[in-house]
Amino acid sequence: MNTQTVLEVRNLHTHFFLRRGIVKAVDGVSFTLARGEVLGLVGESGCGKSVTALSIMRLLPRGGARTIQGQIWLDGTDILTHTPRQMRDVRGRKISMALQDPQTSLNPVFTIGAQLREALMRRLRAAQAAITQAAIAALRAVDIAAPEQRMGQYPHQMSGGMKQRVVGAIAISGHPDVLIADEPTTALDVTIQLQYLKLLKRLQQDTNMAILFITHDFGVVARMCDRVAVMYAGRIVECGKVTDVFAHPSHPYTKALIASVTKLKGSSGRLPTIEGQPPSLMDIPIGCRFAPRCPHAEQRCRDIYPPSFPINDTHTADCWQLAPS
Amino acid sequence: MRRAPWIPIVIMFVILVMAVFAPLLAPYSPIDQTLHDKLLPPVWVDGGSMKYLLGTDAFGRDILSRLIYGARVSLIVAALALTAGGGVGLLIGIVSGYVGGTTDAVLMRMVDAAFTFPAILFALLLAVTMGQGLGTLVIAISLLLWASFARIIRGEVLALKQRDFVALAQVRGCSSARIMITHILPNVLNIFMVLITLNIGVVIIAEASLSFLGAGVPPPTPTWGLMISDGRGRIADAWWISLIPGIAITLLVLSVNLFGDWLRDRLDPRLRQL
Amino acid sequence: MKRYIAHRLLQGVLLLCLVASIVFFVGRLTGNPADLMLPEDVSAEDRAALIQVLGLDGPLHEQFFIFVRNALHGDLGMSIRMRQPAVEAFFSRLPNTLAIIPWAILLAMAVGIPLGVVAALHRGGWIDRMAGAIAVLGVAIPSFWLGILLIFVFSVQLGWLPSGRMGGPSHYVLPVITLGTFLIAGFMRLVRSSMLEVMDSEYIKLARIKGLRESVVIWKHGLRNALIPVLTLWGVFVGNLITGAIVTETIFAWPGIGRLTYEAVIFRDFPLLQAVIILKSILILSINLLVDILYAYVDPRIRLA
Repeated sequence: MNTQTVLEVRNLHTHFFLRRGIVKAVDGVSFTLARGEVLGLVGESGCGKSVTALSIMRLLPRGGARTIQGQIWLDGTDILTHTPRQMRDVRGRKISMALQDPQTSLNPVFTIGAQLREALMRRLRAAQAAITQAAIAALRAVDIAAPEQRMGQYPHQMSGGMKQRVVGAIAISGHPDVLIADEPTTALDVTIQLQYLKLLKRLQQDTNMAILFITHDFGVVARMCDRVAVMYAGRIVECGKVTDVFAHPSHPYTKALIASVTKLKGSSGRLPTIEGQPPSLMDIPIGCRFAPRCPHAEQRCRDIYPPSFPINDTHTADCWQLAPS
Repeated sequence: MRRAPWIPIVIMFVILVMAVFAPLLAPYSPIDQTLHDKLLPPVWVDGGSMKYLLGTDAFGRDILSRLIYGARVSLIVAALALTAGGGVGLLIGIVSGYVGGTTDAVLMRMVDAAFTFPAILFALLLAVTMGQGLGTLVIAISLLLWASFARIIRGEVLALKQRDFVALAQVRGCSSARIMITHILPNVLNIFMVLITLNIGVVIIAEASLSFLGAGVPPPTPTWGLMISDGRGRIADAWWISLIPGIAITLLVLSVNLFGDWLRDRLDPRLRQL
Repeated sequence: MKRYIAHRLLQGVLLLCLVASIVFFVGRLTGNPADLMLPEDVSAEDRAALIQVLGLDGPLHEQFFIFVRNALHGDLGMSIRMRQPAVEAFFSRLPNTLAIIPWAILLAMAVGIPLGVVAALHRGGWIDRMAGAIAVLGVAIPSFWLGILLIFVFSVQLGWLPSGRMGGPSHYVLPVITLGTFLIAGFMRLVRSSMLEVMDSEYIKLARIKGLRESVVIWKHGLRNALIPVLTLWGVFVGNLITGAIVTETIFAWPGIGRLTYEAVIFRDFPLLQAVIILKSILILSINLLVDILYAYVDPRIRLA
């Protein structure tokens, strides 16, 4: 596998400055993504996964969200220093994103064809007919039957799964190096989910693009990803190869999450849960964020946030238990 | 939380005091004509005097006195029309929302029709056929209000219907009428009060417009709309006759609306769309 | 699409019948229209003669039958004051109103839409606050008074523009501003709120992910969706315009159908008023039908349903 790094996020902080306080949605996130690699970003809803994605795209919602610290290195330049104009050139072509909800991601008043052509026109400065051909090819690539007819249809005339594939086709139409997929299957039926994941995997292998795959589902991670980063309350607490993390989960939070997945599949009757609630992102504990829920928490966990301790050369976790004694 | 809008509240209060204590406050009769004092300008213009602070009109009537009495007419019409039109809208909204089905469909078609067709034309028709007067005016303006009240209240009732306490009352075997009165009505009163406040301005402008068009309370009763109409032909030599009552209407409507916005945000920020 | 239009057309015709019946019965049940036209000291014979001429002596249902039959033949009665068929009077005045209404709509759109969009994009900024002030003032100032104020400032004080009557282009300025201002506040508020909602939507996010220019994102993807609610409220705006035209034309002595309405009211010309209301309903309903078709064109969800 090619190990050249295509995206590196360093110490990213994105906060929401609201009237009632500061929400530290992303509070010191770092990771790297190699060319052609699929990295899963896993965590409960509200842990800052989506905000991380939107920070990288620099498409944070209006109303007080700001990235206040950190660097995002894409192909050797820090895109946080880009002007809006430079950022526009990057979007779609170097880095792109597939959104969560297919029902609302397509503009209801334009045809599928028009929305796809619009995306293609930026890459190919070609004649109208050529762009239309490229759009039809793009639809075919995402397994849409009779793409010629679909071109003239509006989003409301398609099923959810089909819309999601169109969103995918639009997202990768610029041949990006990096695709961020933000829970692309949560809004779909189970059978269609599987279909979509297979499609995504195939497209990834064909084009060798890197994917940052955001999900709350460890099963999807096992199926899709090479590496996984586990996020909790605005930080990545454990990161490593999927096989390593599944075999030796090292952060208590990861352990609990994986245990909950495997137990679900097993026959033990009780539904596993983690005691307690994640902390409010407005009032984050000074020490380890998981300490209030952690069965092994000691005083230093509550006082100081742990550094990343290596388990092997690709696997790290932020937990004091791993400190060499 | 936004601060209370003090200036609008003071303006509303002053106008309310003017309306209630008109006979005590007005320096002259609003109707009696003093022809040798006609067309005198306000005190701050050359030729004006302390005798008539805001000047006089073409019949020598004191503008200030007419303005004070005019507030009375505006507020009486507003109160009556809001009670009648708002009340009908409230009733239709509750019944339509709670009963649903065909009743709802028919009533809402009527509301749609009322929205398409400008009520002011009906108001003019009534003024001609029934003759000018307070009653006609109140009915005419009520026609302007009921549909928007009914539509919004109905929406609220539909939401309320899903709530547990309504289901519970149904299970207990309460009659529909009883549920509507004891469970639904108290829960829409908040929104009703906000609607009333937000519509005071609409009513005042409608009253002034109808008076201006000769379909309001008949002269010589002083109303602000009629005063503006009186001065229209004299805008070149006696601007104060028209412009002063217009400023009064604008100030009052502005104050009531700002107050209404504040009240709405305070009681229920969800109502932003109104 | 054809079914949709047919459905709307049928609705319009039904509504028109309803309006016409209401106008008829309100007129007959709240007094005898003949009394509106006669001096108070009229002799009993003269009154009876007029009642017979107007066909008001038969039973109500018979009168209604005659009214409907005549209406279907395009006869809505004679104007008392003008001594000509009311329909004729209406259509001779209609072009004058149609000469100002498009300009007023254009003015309202040219000011209201961009202002609403910019206010939404810079929420809380100075443009938004200014737009908010305009919206609040626009609702609070009675339009008939605004017209008089404009005359005072631009005709009387500055002497720049004529104060009334039809004439060259300069005669259009003040009536168009008065009528247009009537709509600007409503337009702007609506565009602002729907634009705020649209710009937070996922498809706007996707448009940006594609790397489209911000101007394309706003004016193509955003505005086209934001205008849909504006179109749905168009019926209300048309009604507002028709009533707004009554006061505007009255102030500026503009010989259109608005002024005609005013004349019918002050001269108690009941047949004329009755005809004007019915014809205006037809006008409003036709415009609404046109807008419904336009609406279907803009929103494919309706067109293809």
